[in-house]
Amino acid sequence: MSARSRLTQERLLYLISPIGLLLLWQLLLMAGFGDRRFIPAPSDIAFRFWDMIVSGELWTHVAVTLYRVLVGFLLGVVPGVAVGLLMAMFRPVRIFFDPLIASLFPIPKIALMPLLLLAFGFGDASKVALVAIAVFFPVIINTYSGASNIEKIYWDVARNYGASQAVMFRRIVFFGALPMIFAGLRIALAVSFIVLVAAEFVATKAGIGYLIWNSWELLQVDVMFVGIVTVGILGLIATVILQEIERKVIPWKAE
Amino acid sequence: MVAQRRGAAIEIAGLCRQYGTGPGAVVALDNVDLRVAPGEFVCLVGPSGCGKSTLLRILAGLDHQTGGSIKIHSEGWAVENAMVFQESGLFPWMDVETNVRFGLDTRGVPRAEADPRVDDALKLVGLTKFRHHYPHQLSGGMRQRSAIARAFVTDPGVLLMDEPFAALDAQNRVILQTELVRLWEQTGKTVIYVTHSIEEALLMGDRTVIMTAQPGRIKRIIDVPFPHPRDLMQLSASPEFGRLKLDIWRVLEDEVMRARAEMEQ
Repeated sequence: MSARSRLTQERLLYLISPIGLLLLWQLLLMAGFGDRRFIPAPSDIAFRFWDMIVSGELWTHVAVTLYRVLVGFLLGVVPGVAVGLLMAMFRPVRIFFDPLIASLFPIPKIALMPLLLLAFGFGDASKVALVAIAVFFPVIINTYSGASNIEKIYWDVARNYGASQAVMFRRIVFFGALPMIFAGLRIALAVSFIVLVAAEFVATKAGIGYLIWNSWELLQVDVMFVGIVTVGILGLIATVILQEIERKVIPWKAE
Repeated sequence: MVAQRRGAAIEIAGLCRQYGTGPGAVVALDNVDLRVAPGEFVCLVGPSGCGKSTLLRILAGLDHQTGGSIKIHSEGWAVENAMVFQESGLFPWMDVETNVRFGLDTRGVPRAEADPRVDDALKLVGLTKFRHHYPHQLSGGMRQRSAIARAFVTDPGVLLMDEPFAALDAQNRVILQTELVRLWEQTGKTVIYVTHSIEEALLMGDRTVIMTAQPGRIKRIIDVPFPHPRDLMQLSASPEFGRLKLDIWRVLEDEVMRARAEMEQ
């Protein structure tokens, strides 16, 4: 009973801060602080949001952005996990990749956009490639540190019970690193939205980033806010889905 | 049920293990000789740092000697040895059944043959109902039972055990000791059991090997005269048991004192 009421309390608390902030924002504007043409009230954004959903305009942009995120994410994550695991298992692989990661990771990935436009053109491919590159690094680093921190006893058991390198890879290193891999995927997910929206500011005619930048240029500030809010909502939904997958895939993780 | 065949014989001759070289070198094992008969239950006892775990790890193929030789006559056994580790070493990401099956999977035992063997092993340790549980859902005793099943299922010539019950509470330890002795009596495996408890060594083993620290050497080998099958609780309350325990403690006492004196220097 008391545990339950505490849970309800915590849920309320969880909602109070965002709702309170929106309410304050709304009230300040209604009280005449700020110019509603440049700073729309939450209610203005909500109405515009609804309009754009009904008209279908928002969906087009959402679909384009989601497609680019999803494909780029997968293209970056799969090799990132593989390389991270191999680095943990084989010293030469680690020595080979270490300087590359150290030098390439800090480069702001958006700085590669001109290069990628040159290589892949103005279509989806350049955006997808950018997301893949940006996602690759956090995934590699998390996978590697997860795999190299697997307790020694599991290596010993695997060796004593006759595990080959392939079995080590598939059944010990991969699963041992999985909790850290998922931590990496969460970072990667956020990173992919960050770089993609920035990339969509230029050289494209669709996507949430385009929507934001274009409405800014047209001074449709409420539409711009709709775009920003949409990115937040998409990120939230994607994270929740990823957490659900994690719960299914890592049943051994003690609550 | 009486064992039809006995486990593998072991011959250890002049075994040395040194870590590092030069003046900083640590001699973990110094010229260790030991012959273990097929199906014998041998306990290694000694102060920490006496090399008993090192010896076990070399036998398990997890470490290598720097001198001497080891021969394990495991012809006719599916695998040479299987180890039960101190903290069970169950893979947290596999359920009990998958953990137990692991040593069969790695050796390519086909499913049709592996399944009944896994069933038998789980029945042997009384974990059939818990086969789909993950290690974190089990008690410490159940985890060690799973680890024992994982070792037995591979049908090893030698069972290597590294203080497997050290982390258990007293009641569970007695229960698992009893179960292990029963299993050993039924299967006739050769068992090398590392422990720091004299009492545990005398309760379960045929012979107790007392080792000394720095360098790790065999100080004495004591035949344990108690017949099998054993009732461990009754045995531990008998005067003969108490006397033997005292004798061994006297031997070890010197060692412990000497080791302490060296540390204080």
